[in-house]
Amino acid sequence: MSQVLVTADGVPLKTSLARAQRRSKLKAVALVAPLFVFIAVAFFVPIIDMLFRSVENQLVGEVLHRSMPLLQKWDERSGELPEEEVFAALALDFREAKENKSGGRVGRRLNYEKPGFSGLFRKSARGADRMEAPYREAFIALDEKWGDIENWRVIKRESAPYTISYYLAALDMGYADDGGIARNSEDGRIYLKLFWRTLWMSLFITFLCLILAYPISYLLSVLPTAKSNLLIILVLLPFWTSLLVRTTAWIALLQQEGVINDLVVWFGLVDDDNRLAMIHNRTGTIIAMVHILLPFMVLPLYSVMKTIPPSYMRAAKSLGATPFTAFVRVYMPNTVAGIGAGAILVFILAIGYYITPALVGGQSGTLISNFIAFHMQNSLNWGLAAALGAILLGVVLVLYFLYDKIVGIDNMKLG
Amino acid sequence: MNMTNENPLVRFVDIQKSYDGVTLVVKSLNLDVAKGEFLTMLGPSGSGKTTCLMMLAGFEPATHGEIYLNGQGINRVAPHKRGIGMVFQNYALFPHMTVWENLAFPLEVRGMGKDEREAKVKRALEMVRLGAFGDRRPAQLSGGQQQRVAVARSLVFDPDLVLMDEPLGALDKNLREQMQYEIKHIHENLGLTVVYVTHDQSEALTMSNRIAVFDDGIIQQCAPPEVLYEKPENAFCANFIGENNRLRGKVVEEVNGNVKVEVDGSDATVEAVKIKVEGVGARATLSLRPERVVVGPKKGEMANIFPARAEELIYLGDHIRTRFTVCGHDDFIVKIPNSAAHAHLREGETVDIGWNAEDCRALDPSD
Repeated sequence: MSQVLVTADGVPLKTSLARAQRRSKLKAVALVAPLFVFIAVAFFVPIIDMLFRSVENQLVGEVLHRSMPLLQKWDERSGELPEEEVFAALALDFREAKENKSGGRVGRRLNYEKPGFSGLFRKSARGADRMEAPYREAFIALDEKWGDIENWRVIKRESAPYTISYYLAALDMGYADDGGIARNSEDGRIYLKLFWRTLWMSLFITFLCLILAYPISYLLSVLPTAKSNLLIILVLLPFWTSLLVRTTAWIALLQQEGVINDLVVWFGLVDDDNRLAMIHNRTGTIIAMVHILLPFMVLPLYSVMKTIPPSYMRAAKSLGATPFTAFVRVYMPNTVAGIGAGAILVFILAIGYYITPALVGGQSGTLISNFIAFHMQNSLNWGLAAALGAILLGVVLVLYFLYDKIVGIDNMKLG
Repeated sequence: MNMTNENPLVRFVDIQKSYDGVTLVVKSLNLDVAKGEFLTMLGPSGSGKTTCLMMLAGFEPATHGEIYLNGQGINRVAPHKRGIGMVFQNYALFPHMTVWENLAFPLEVRGMGKDEREAKVKRALEMVRLGAFGDRRPAQLSGGQQQRVAVARSLVFDPDLVLMDEPLGALDKNLREQMQYEIKHIHENLGLTVVYVTHDQSEALTMSNRIAVFDDGIIQQCAPPEVLYEKPENAFCANFIGENNRLRGKVVEEVNGNVKVEVDGSDATVEAVKIKVEGVGARATLSLRPERVVVGPKKGEMANIFPARAEELIYLGDHIRTRFTVCGHDDFIVKIPNSAAHAHLREGETVDIGWNAEDCRALDPSD
């Protein structure tokens, strides 16, 4: 039985088969290669780099490369300042840092952990030139913060090449005085609230999209082709308009002196002094985002509904089900694939949405992505931005996993 | 089956149906279906037969007229309240439910108790010999099995009337024939009333008590299969049901309920029974079944004897299908039985063929 099969000229069958298929395999690889390289360079590498940045912390150890190895021997629980040799090495580090202007960066980095470091480092880089032994006293004379053991603890902690402090910050936590991890004080908690808001607003937007898209998709699927094509164009029309134009159109409609408020006041439904606040808040974000994301719900639903023969509903009715029962028991279960696909699409788009909440969100309507952008562009705290992004990614993956467990990804039909 | 039943189960009265307000799909339909009858609506596509079925099921409103079920007008009764079982063209089994759940569905929505439900589903599944398939999904069944499930589902809630809309259209020929007998037996055993729609005339002949032939929104003829086949009342029915030879011509004489027709393209005169023609001078189509033609009759034995030239012979085992040119028509088909005594014709040979006047029917000229 274990005899090797050979072709007519004695070559083993497997070898011959592999040879015959090599050409087509190579062709397939060559066709895929450009896209693969593009995705790798433009997509995977930046994401991996970004994730790496959320834990990367080489800066302190690199710039203060003489003092930090010595500091490792210091016991932060001893209640005493580090040895003189640490201070001496630190003076040398500062002199070098002044030359290549890296002291400010280290100060800014440590400032994320504890306010005051930025100034301290600028001052010390300037003053380190004139310092003489004993350096410990000289540093404390320059700024008494150097005599605070708490500051030294922060420096030692952040001299490690990797840190979880960005993640702690992203989860509204930090290091307590005793070195343990603790939650921030009440007024220092920002991000968890934002994550929570992003999550429920995305879910709410997804839900609204589903409620609005379901009847439209149903109509599209039962209308004759000529009419449904026209309606499909109307559904797709927003896609052909710039996102910014659509969002600003909502500002024109919803603002206090806008079209809708004018109408409501004109009809006497609302006082002129109590015009509705519908923009630059949560309401504005929800309205604009539902509008923008609606097509992503309509299209998968439509494509699934299109495949449901009208005879299912007829059969259910002929078997004695009321139109409502027939809909709930027969029609809806057959659209689950479309609901799943549409909901996942809208939710994932919504949870990372940036432009619309930035323009119409105001204070109460901004999402976590707006803060990620803020840390990328304004505060330049890329580590924190990366940590926030990584947590968002994690949340999406967890939800995706739950969806797979409950509904099953295989049941999803995107079009 | 009594055609003039005093208390028909279903009664269509003056039904008209238009979808676009311009053309009538169904033009003045009057039809009774007796209790226990198997009535087939037969016709080419677009003839209005399915529309009639949909109006009876309640999925299409009648534009005019009234449909009665058990003597009650049902025009304003919603489909789910009509209690009519229905088998759809592509079965319409619910793909997200198992076979068992599909069958239990009509019982569930009627609020039937669990024990009774299970007993009925079990009985229905056994009736179509699918007792072991309750846990399967419809997609895991073959076409014939799906079809049987669809039939079982339409019967599980004991309806008086079952509608079937070309239920066997998707099956291959052997399975279709087998299912024809199964449905027929179920109909007989349960004493059901069935209204069946098909465009397949052999299916209609096999299964029905009565066949209503539809064309152009009108019932052309409604009669039992043997009457429809042997005594078609117009050229459309003669042509649509079974194989048929047509000879066109003009009536030249009328004697004792028979007419003599001069066939176009020849000077031959054929005697036929007058069924649907005007008097002398009118145009007519003569209809004659291929199996009623005799090859080589004795002189004077039959009213119509003509020389014919054999153009084409096709061997079909039990008979030889022969195409003749006779009376100027070159599409005259004769079925010659493959018996020991039969004449062995060759292509191009000329023989006499003949038929009796009573087998030949003079019908409307049609087109």
